Amino acid sequence: MSDPAALWRDRSAIVGIGQTEFAKHLEPNEKVLALQAISAALDDAGIAPGEVDGLSSYTLETTEEIEIARNLGLGDITYFGQVGYGGGAGCGVAGQAAMAVATGQCRVAVAWRSRKRGSATSRPWAGVSSRVGGNNQWTRPFGLLRPVDEIAMLTRRYLHEWGATRDHLANVALAFRAHANRNPAAMMRDKPLTREQYLDARWVSEPLCLFDNCLESDGAAAVVITTAERARDLRQPPAHVHAWAQSIPRQHQTMTNFFCDDPLEGPAWACAAKLWSMAEIGPGQVDVAQLYDAFSPLILLSLEGYGFCARGEAGGFTDDGGLELGGRLPTNTSGGGMSEAYLHGFNLITEAVRQVRGTSTSQVPGANWSLVTSGEGVPTGALLLRGDA
Amino acid sequence: MAADAPSPAPTGLLPAPDDDSRPFWEGCAAGELRVQRCAACGRRRMPPRPMCPHCRSLESVWEATSGRGRVWSFVIPHPPLLAAYAEVAPYNVIVVELDEEPAIRFTGNLVESPDGALNQLDPHTIEIGQAVEVCFAPEVDGIALPRWRRL
Repeated sequence: MSDPAALWRDRSAIVGIGQTEFAKHLEPNEKVLALQAISAALDDAGIAPGEVDGLSSYTLETTEEIEIARNLGLGDITYFGQVGYGGGAGCGVAGQAAMAVATGQCRVAVAWRSRKRGSATSRPWAGVSSRVGGNNQWTRPFGLLRPVDEIAMLTRRYLHEWGATRDHLANVALAFRAHANRNPAAMMRDKPLTREQYLDARWVSEPLCLFDNCLESDGAAAVVITTAERARDLRQPPAHVHAWAQSIPRQHQTMTNFFCDDPLEGPAWACAAKLWSMAEIGPGQVDVAQLYDAFSPLILLSLEGYGFCARGEAGGFTDDGGLELGGRLPTNTSGGGMSEAYLHGFNLITEAVRQVRGTSTSQVPGANWSLVTSGEGVPTGALLLRGDA
Repeated sequence: MAADAPSPAPTGLLPAPDDDSRPFWEGCAAGELRVQRCAACGRRRMPPRPMCPHCRSLESVWEATSGRGRVWSFVIPHPPLLAAYAEVAPYNVIVVELDEEPAIRFTGNLVESPDGALNQLDPHTIEIGQAVEVCFAPEVDGIALPRWRRL
């Protein structure tokens, strides 16, 4: 077949979204938060729990599928799967659910992420042991301990190679904060951020400061995916899954990708090549983007990797409000991981759906093509949603 | 331990050598920075692994390198950090590219003396591209961590 993607392109749609409150600390455990978010997503879709026959989640998830199913009263589950690599998983989690729907493995799939800061799997890097094995043995003994240290290493090199500056990283942080200030659900809704505050903030790992980091959050988000045919009869405008992709680029090492020929050409590049080969549009037609933002420099890498600008030009792309509403590419319009909540990127997917529906608190007028990406620097994924226009 | 005994000073993390990495750490203990090289096609690889990604040979040899390279990038971590590292923060962590093959890189620390603390030198004097040479920290539990000094 000349176009295998035609088998599933636009054949499924996200028809329900749900989320819990987002906060530094929530009382319910991760299981209950997951159930609340999924329940809200099913209600949003107007689909009964008994119709759900597919489940897709992160390997970091602490609640097994059987717990989700027997609490919510789901039907017989005929598709279930998980995707690994933390923040790299989200678009694969949703994309695999969409493919299972499109190929008939299930009719109604639910995908979700529930995360609490204190959970053993929420911060897999935080375990304290005097000996470190695996790939960590090449970095941790030297004090390269946290994700922020690992990404700071790539950032310093990026700034050096391309002449980008902290002002560009500030552009990212300020744009997302401005979006969050308009989003009642965002943890940072009442906290404006100025460039002076950004430049005066405490260091976490130079060249990255506090405001280059995502938030510490408790919360959960979920989506409901069914066939495009069924979606036409449901209450919400469908967000069609037009294309999606995953990538583990050759010779990749998660987070400490210092050992390949070009460490600044990360997983986004291979993912983008696949995504755009599957899609009927290119990056130039994207109306709005939710780019994975555990750290601000990941936005620069993703802008280049997904083809919104040439290599080395992402800093300039962020200038003059480039990422803000009305800019070149309105990005992370809910505030993203840095200013709404950090749920390993899953709240980026729900926001991408709101843009297609026209219900974002930072709505791009007439948004029809809505891109989401998962973690850069780790095995990743991307999801291209399409409205009805 | 008696209630009034001093608590032991926090110690840093050490690698757990495995089948793939053991020759590297043995090299460090012997005062050599060694890299794995495919015995069939001759390509170097780092981090070590059983199979050559270029020719799938399972045969490899370990060779001493020049131990010289250049700073590819560096970071300066600040707390919150594990106790042993928080005590000396801010300190430096560098990635070094090897002179004879720049795509072979090592993470480490820039110091003035092999037994110096991680914060021995002002991290703001570090620059990308600076020439460095390997040295080895005194052994702790059989591990001699590679470190780097400016040339």
